[in-house]
Amino acid sequence: MSKEKIQLCEEFASIMPPEYQELVESATYGKQDRGWKDIGSSKELIEQHSLCAGCPESIAFRYILASLPNPEDTVFVGSTGCTSLVFPHVAVQNIHSLFGNQNAIASGLKRTLKARFPDVEKDVVVLAGDGATVDIGLDMTMQSWFRQEKFTTICFDNELYANTGGQESGLMQKGFVAKMAPKGKSFDKVRLAEIAREAGCAYVAMLTVSKPNRVEEAIKNAVYVAREIGPTFVQLYTPCILEIGKQSMEGLDEMKDSETIGGRFVQKEFITEEAQKLIDSIKVETKARKKSAKDAAKAAKSG
Amino acid sequence: MNKPVGTQKRIIASKHVKLGQKNAKGQTYTDINDIFYNTEQKPVFFTGSEVIKEAIRRASVGTSVAYPITPQSEAAALIGELYAEGYLDEYFRGESEFAVMGQCAGAAFGGHRVFTTTAGPGTLRAMENFPMWAGSRLPIQVCVTCRGINSPLSIQPDTLEIHYLLETGMLVWHAETAQDLFDYILKGFIVAEQPDVHVPIAVCCDGFFVTHTKDTVELPSEDLCLTPYDPYKSPVTVMDMESAPIRMMRDPFVMKSNYISYATHASWQQEVQSAVERSRKHTIPMLDGLIDEINTDREVLVVASGTAVSQSREAIRLLEQEGIKVGLVKIKTIRPFPKEEIRQATKNAKHIFVPEFNIAGWLAREVKAILPDNERVYAGPHVAGGMTMPSEVIAEEIKVHLGIKPSPNRRRP
Repeated sequence: MSKEKIQLCEEFASIMPPEYQELVESATYGKQDRGWKDIGSSKELIEQHSLCAGCPESIAFRYILASLPNPEDTVFVGSTGCTSLVFPHVAVQNIHSLFGNQNAIASGLKRTLKARFPDVEKDVVVLAGDGATVDIGLDMTMQSWFRQEKFTTICFDNELYANTGGQESGLMQKGFVAKMAPKGKSFDKVRLAEIAREAGCAYVAMLTVSKPNRVEEAIKNAVYVAREIGPTFVQLYTPCILEIGKQSMEGLDEMKDSETIGGRFVQKEFITEEAQKLIDSIKVETKARKKSAKDAAKAAKSG
Repeated sequence: MNKPVGTQKRIIASKHVKLGQKNAKGQTYTDINDIFYNTEQKPVFFTGSEVIKEAIRRASVGTSVAYPITPQSEAAALIGELYAEGYLDEYFRGESEFAVMGQCAGAAFGGHRVFTTTAGPGTLRAMENFPMWAGSRLPIQVCVTCRGINSPLSIQPDTLEIHYLLETGMLVWHAETAQDLFDYILKGFIVAEQPDVHVPIAVCCDGFFVTHTKDTVELPSEDLCLTPYDPYKSPVTVMDMESAPIRMMRDPFVMKSNYISYATHASWQQEVQSAVERSRKHTIPMLDGLIDEINTDREVLVVASGTAVSQSREAIRLLEQEGIKVGLVKIKTIRPFPKEEIRQATKNAKHIFVPEFNIAGWLAREVKAILPDNERVYAGPHVAGGMTMPSEVIAEEIKVHLGIKPSPNRRRP
């Protein structure tokens, strides 16, 4: 889609909601180097969220939406859970169909968009919780990786079923006492990042959303590698503060604690050689582009 | 063959921009009316599976996703051959029917015409997807080659799975013969994709009896194909980011318990039901009515769908030899259910028999539910578990029920 399609009809402009007017005037569609730093100075693609106060998922949504390299040609596939409450507020097309079938939907969607628009890069991004990705949907998650489907899978890992009230999930820590695990979870947290690597993902990242620049980098790498090489996977720790007994202001601390040495979410990446080459070349390109833009701006100022 | 003769009514002609142009395979995009009524049809002697392939060859399908399950595996693999020859844009094997129907949904959300096939346990494994397809207004076609769904494991023919499809919000058509199957597949796409319908369609046939037997079928030239699906005629947004990404809801009602939420869901369900009903006006000219009637002025009628119709035709011939006159109503569309048509066709009947290839007798229940004086309806005979239903069994049951012949099961005092 070209950005020209997001416009206001003059006759109706005055009655369009202000949020939509802002979206047309100051959103970052079409800006190649958009990123988390645009938050605060431009219209975000998420209007508001209906999650709990202080939920780290909400900030994860904001960082991801700010980091997509190509939101004007990106389609999200979601699944059932807390994320499905947020997608209605997002100004990128998104599909919710069932619980756990998100990677199946994305497989059909990506192939169709490739066939219908052979000359346009249409990114498909799956965003689902850990229950959808690992438990009910693991079959379809992994099969899409086996088949080398060229889209990005993002898992919001909050280590439990949050939307249904805090039940045990496969990504929960061993020993954690939760609903449906009244004596504590009896087996280890599923090693999804390693599974993703072995199942054929060209780029895998596991991190928390405590640092926006890291989230931006992971999302951009994942989307670029998915376009050119094969499936990619990003696992983000977005703790459910409500269900782990924390206060609304304690989400950030929880994430920081978990990513320190010995924690469950020390940042890790698995990148194939081919993917690394691509990431490096994009970095060089981006740097050169930003430098020349800076130089041009400087020249314009002094001249 | 059982192809109805006579002048055909027509559906509104295609105005697709590609009408009359040629595709990469050299086929000419042709209006469906012309494919069926204005071009020469040539007889071939094919299995039902081959007939599915020939229909898809002419259907301008974008994506098909396959998964093996008897008795649809051959058809699904034959569609793969069409893909290898360049007739489809996308084709692959999914990992289960649940996943396949999701992959089909993804392709349809993205704007493709989508076709898949399934059967029996596969239909039930896929089941969660069907109301999702309907609610998402995806005009996907699934060809259901019915087989048993019971345990112990059975691969035999049985039409019980159709019963599970009735309230999914899909169109459900039931083919009697390979000719029906060919016609319904092509016509089904056109009806399901009408902007005022735009819901999925299950074209059902009886596994083995139709898929694995050879029959004479009249086919239009393979140089013709349907005009492509136009996703921008969809009543809901195509998920291709080619239109402005408005937020769908300012307040997500999915899980809210308030009046707006209830009203939204209720009206959406009503709309899907209405869309199924609105398909009638497109289906009637396409299929020459939702039912076929033969001698419905008679006092004894058989009402049936699928291959039970074929067996009933022969039973009626046998009874005729004994001077017993029986009429026939063939139901072509189970959803929408031809209520008024069946009421009219059976208004003079004193005895209505509904033979079925399943133990539950769901079609008889459907018929009973819409008829006045429904004690006239006799549910049976039924066969299940893969048994055939010899015409003699139907004839015998009619005679016993009418008191012409004593019941073989009657106990002596």
